[in-house]
Amino acid sequence: MIKNISNLGDAALYCDFGKEVDKATNIEVIKYFKNVNEKQIEGITNITPSYNKLIISFDLNFTNFNKVKKKIENLELKNFTNIQGKSIDIPICCEDRFALDISRLEKKLNITKDKIYEKFFSKEYYCYMTGFIAGHPFLGDIDEALRVKRLETPRVKMPKGSVGITEQFCNIYSFESPGGWNIIGNTPLDIFDKSNELKPNLISPGDTIKFNQITIEEYKKRTGNDIF
Amino acid sequence: MTYFRVIRSGINTTFQDFGRKNLYHIGIPFSGAMDNRNYTLANIISGNKENNPVIEFAFQGPLLKLKGEKVNFNITGNVNFNIIKNKNTIEGNCYQNYILEDGDELDILSTNNSVYGYLSISGNFDVQYQWNSCSTNTKAKIGANEGKKIEKDQLLNISNLHFKNLKRKLEYVNSKIENIRVIKGTNFYYFSKEGIKSFFEKEFTVTKLSDRMGMRLEGVKIENVVDTNIKSEGLIKGVIQVPADGNPIIMLSDHGTIGGYPKIGVVISADYDKLVQLPPGSKIKFKQIELSEAEMLFKLYQMETKNLALKIQ
Repeated sequence: MIKNISNLGDAALYCDFGKEVDKATNIEVIKYFKNVNEKQIEGITNITPSYNKLIISFDLNFTNFNKVKKKIENLELKNFTNIQGKSIDIPICCEDRFALDISRLEKKLNITKDKIYEKFFSKEYYCYMTGFIAGHPFLGDIDEALRVKRLETPRVKMPKGSVGITEQFCNIYSFESPGGWNIIGNTPLDIFDKSNELKPNLISPGDTIKFNQITIEEYKKRTGNDIF
Repeated sequence: MTYFRVIRSGINTTFQDFGRKNLYHIGIPFSGAMDNRNYTLANIISGNKENNPVIEFAFQGPLLKLKGEKVNFNITGNVNFNIIKNKNTIEGNCYQNYILEDGDELDILSTNNSVYGYLSISGNFDVQYQWNSCSTNTKAKIGANEGKKIEKDQLLNISNLHFKNLKRKLEYVNSKIENIRVIKGTNFYYFSKEGIKSFFEKEFTVTKLSDRMGMRLEGVKIENVVDTNIKSEGLIKGVIQVPADGNPIIMLSDHGTIGGYPKIGVVISADYDKLVQLPPGSKIKFKQIELSEAEMLFKLYQMETKNLALKIQ
């Protein structure tokens, strides 16, 4: 449930679902997202779900904070059966050339590389949200033994497909961008496909991700790339 | 076939329209023309429909040579430009229609004490649309020109030319900037009393690390007393985040859709056009206002735009 609605500037609603970051809270956020999205409320330009917040932005030419707030407070909530979405397998290659931060992580976490990968590949991950850059998923939760902070100095260019970890989360850089997560591998899959307007994102909030480790040969085969 | 040949591209020249909606949840920002009023006026003066593509340029604009049929155009913003006809150079005025003929050149030299300017033609640039908008987002490589800046030697095709109301002209200068007004952000109390006080009392300088994604400011460091990170959540344009180093960053039209730094404030919608036009080196002073006042100021902003439009219709 929404615990509090406040304004974020003069053109957005800030719906707070609490402090916790967990699947149950996030499913509530996604439920609201789907409901608001389906209602097509006048003037709403964007609805952004995150771990435990929903930001609803609107165009002041057509509506205002109080009008949208009233609509959201009186929203008749429908249950969606498909909130917990699909299961997706994501191949990752963990060769040193891709695992940019693995030796740093071995030192920081004080466990071996093999142990890191064993723990990482043994779990399934839930997609809390997508964004920051197009198609980029925020996934969780990783094993407690793998939790570290972001890089002190973020990389200016994170290679496309990089799979990173930080705190309780993991992610996939959908295209080259600046970034600060600890990189442990790389996927040959296209996570964001701009040519597919109806479904540009491979992963959506609510989906479950299973990572599979692949060899460099398989990676090359999938990308058709022979630059190595 | 009528087209512009790009002889010089300028610094950051892209096609823009109003931008694209309802895609934040997949990570695609609004984009669109940075200065909405000057974008809108450019299309009104050209007699185009409101959401027509224009060329947006920053600091130094492009040098374009026309091939084909004659074209009616205007430029908005605070811009120096020349029209070169048979080696004669005519100095242009903003908010006024001009005609270019086959072989003429349009040299957009610079924006004066501002950042963005707009070139609109009475007709259409032939551009690709993605999610109902041609706006170029160079980070995600979306929109017109395959998501890239306009480059030297490119040909920009033009169609559906029209020539009504050629006498349209407007005397208008962007209003002088005094304060940028903000509404308290959702993490306002993450900052020390002293930090909040300096935020509203001291001047900040716009740094060179500013682009269509964001504007980085420098000045007094704003001290955080709670946590320099928050759980990542949605962003909107105008949000002022303060990362661990204490220097504010303002989210602009191509911003990342999710961020994890505390939000000290949000620039009001009525001041957004003024804000984006501040070049590096400009001084900013923030003033805190309430939501009701911000809504009233937006109505005023709408009325001003309408009045300017009426003068040329």
